[in-house]
Amino acid sequence: MSEPTPDAPDEDDPTITLYRLQACPFCERVARKLSEYDIDYQSRFVEPLHSKRNAVKRVSGQRAVPVIVDDRTGVTMSESDRIVQYLDRTYGEA
Amino acid sequence: MDLPFDVVDLGPADHPEPGEAAPDFERPLVTDEYWADVALSALTADGPVLLVFFPMDGSFPATYIWNEIDDRGWGREGDLTVVGLSISTPYEHKRFIAEAGLSYRLFSDPQNGVAETYGVVHDLDGMAGVSEARPAVFLLDEDRTVEYAWAASEWPEFPDYDAIAAAIEEL
Repeated sequence: MSEPTPDAPDEDDPTITLYRLQACPFCERVARKLSEYDIDYQSRFVEPLHSKRNAVKRVSGQRAVPVIVDDRTGVTMSESDRIVQYLDRTYGEA
Repeated sequence: MDLPFDVVDLGPADHPEPGEAAPDFERPLVTDEYWADVALSALTADGPVLLVFFPMDGSFPATYIWNEIDDRGWGREGDLTVVGLSISTPYEHKRFIAEAGLSYRLFSDPQNGVAETYGVVHDLDGMAGVSEARPAVFLLDEDRTVEYAWAASEWPEFPDYDAIAAAIEEL
């Protein structure tokens, strides 16, 4: 099929999907944190224009990025501060 | 095309032939909503793939090729996946998909490395330093074995859509 990729990742996909905007410092901050914890993640890049971010709206209920979708825990989250805290809590030294 | 003069001869391409394995690659794959890195082998894992190399978004051959494919509806039914590839950026692909109302996904390869591995590079005359893929079409099975292959040998030249349709029928 040539339908656009469904929002639900395949089984062999990375656990975390990061919706991000190119050159967005808040998104880079989250990506850096994911790398720091050596978490396998997939990036989905969206457009600068808010109105063109329906994929983000669909998964998170709003159009701001970054957004992460963590299949392992079932968590979908926006705002880099919260995401970084979540990653520290979930994947940090424990 | 029947024109009263010679068109540009690109010479023979050195691309994978039927029976050979098509090289795998990973590039940003653009939908109408976002892009993400995807390997060709991830697409063939789900079934046969029609890989269409086309000139940069905005050129008239790009529009002609995708209008024809869209009209024929390839890949809308069954397990065939139809994907395109050009040197245009993901932003340009998104605009192209939206403006043409395409239901197909497009790989973005601005540095033209995939065309190199497929032997279909076209150095553009009059655009210094810019190379893209010649129009080329590869029908691949689940193991990335080439079932049908075509690459333009003139510029411009368009795919033989009926021959591709026949190859798809034979899958």
